Amino acid sequence: MKVALVDSGGTNIGSVRYALSRLGAESSLTSNADEILSADRVILPGVGAAAAGMARLHEMGLVDVLREVQQPLLGVCLGMQLLFERSDEDGGVDCLGLLPGQVIAIPASASARVPHMGWNTLQHCKSDPLTAGIVDTDRAYFVHSYAAPVSDVTLLSTQHGQPWSAAVRSGQRWGAQFHPEKSADVGSRILRNFLAEDLS
Amino acid sequence: MSLARRIIPCLDVRDGRVVKGTKFRDHIDMGDIVELAARYRDEGADELVFYDITASPEGRSVDIDWVRRVAQEIDIPFCVAGGISSEESARAVLHAGADKISINTPATQRPELISELAAAFGVQCVVVGVDSLRDEDGTWRIRQMTGNPDQTTALETTTVEWVKRVQELGAGEIVLNCMGSDGVRQGYDVEQLAAVRAVCGVPLIASGGAGEMDHFIDVFAEADVDGALAASVFHSGAVPIPELKDRLNSEGVVVRRAEKEQEV
Repeated sequence: MKVALVDSGGTNIGSVRYALSRLGAESSLTSNADEILSADRVILPGVGAAAAGMARLHEMGLVDVLREVQQPLLGVCLGMQLLFERSDEDGGVDCLGLLPGQVIAIPASASARVPHMGWNTLQHCKSDPLTAGIVDTDRAYFVHSYAAPVSDVTLLSTQHGQPWSAAVRSGQRWGAQFHPEKSADVGSRILRNFLAEDLS
Repeated sequence: MSLARRIIPCLDVRDGRVVKGTKFRDHIDMGDIVELAARYRDEGADELVFYDITASPEGRSVDIDWVRRVAQEIDIPFCVAGGISSEESARAVLHAGADKISINTPATQRPELISELAAAFGVQCVVVGVDSLRDEDGTWRIRQMTGNPDQTTALETTTVEWVKRVQELGAGEIVLNCMGSDGVRQGYDVEQLAAVRAVCGVPLIASGGAGEMDHFIDVFAEADVDGALAASVFHSGAVPIPELKDRLNSEGVVVRRAEKEQEV
C-alpha cells in the first residue's frame, strides 16, 4: 500500500511517519501532485495555525490537488481543520472546503482551559470503519485551541466545555482532531483502520 | 466525562543517558532513554518530559539524535526541555518528533522568545518552565540557571507576575517547579500552586515534591492543576503509575487508564 504524507510543513510530520512505520506501513513525504494522486492513502498532517497551513498549501500548488484526491484522505489535527470550509483562526481563513462547516475558537473557562491539551474521551456519533474497535471510554491525545462543532459529519465527539468533533467523515475524506500518532493503542487502532484494505 | 488529569514522569538527561539527583545535584546513571520511556509508556504515563540538565548551563542546544530515537519508539506525547534558546533549536527538536518544547532560563533572559516560538509553531507547542522559590519576605520569585547550583540566580520578578506575563507572550502551558519542595518528597507546594492557578488560564503542571500517592491526590484536589510531574518516585518504583491511577480514580480524580477504563 502506498501512503502519501503531504508535506504541509507541520511539525508533526515526523511523528506521523514514525507511527505508520510502527504499523509496518512505509509512507513517502511528498508535495508532488502525481505522487499524491496515485497513492492508495493520503494523509494531511499539520500542527500550527490555519493561515500558515493554507498559505503553504497554496504556495506548493496543493489546494487543487487535495480537492482532486479520490482515494481515502485523512487530515490530522490542523490537517483535519483545513478540510472544512473555513476557520476563524488568524482573523478568518478560507480552507479546502472538502467538509461542510466552520472551525471556531474553543471558548476558555475555568472548567475548559485553552489550549485543550491532554487525553479526552471519544464518544461515537456514527459507526464507521475508521473508528471500529473504539469504545466510549477510550481516550485520545488532543492539543488545539480551535475546533469543529459537532455536525452531520461527526463520527466521534469529545467534551471540552461543549461537545466538539473528534473524528469526521464525508465521502472518502476523514479527519481526526486528536493525534492518532501520539494516542498509544487507541491511535494505532485508528491508523490501522485507515490503512485497512476494506476501508470504504 | 472530561479531560483527564495527566501523570507526567520527568526524565533528566545528561549526555544521552537518563540520570537522577536530588536538589539538582549528585547525578546517578538510570539507564537508556528509550528503554525507560517505553517502560513508562507501558505503565500508562500520559506524557513524558525529557529535561537536558546540562544543555542550558553549558550554553549548548539539545542533541536531537535521542529525540528522534524516542519519537520512533514512543506513541505518547513528549516534551523536551533544556537548551532551547532560539526558533532554530526549537524547530530541530520539534521536527525530530517532540510534541512540545519547554523553555525556562532563555525565557527569563529574553521573554520575546516565547512570542517568537508561539508565532512559529503555535502556542500548543510552547511550554514555559518556571523555577520558583519563596524568599525571606514571603514572596515567591523566579530563578534562572537552575541546572547548575553554582550558577543559579535569583531574579526580582515575582512568580505570579511572571506567570501572567508568559501567558500574554504566548505560553500554551506552564510547568511550575517549586524548588523549595523539590527532591524532598514531602508533597507538592499546594499553597504556591493554588496561588499560581488563580492567575493561570492555560494548562498548569505541578512539579517538585511528590513522595507518595496522597501527594498527587492533594495537588489535584487542592490546586486544581492539569497535570502532576515527578521523577524519583516513578524511577524508584515508590509510586507505580497503574496503582496511582487506580487510587486517583477511586478518589474521583479523572485519569486515563492504560487498559479499558472502569467507571466509578
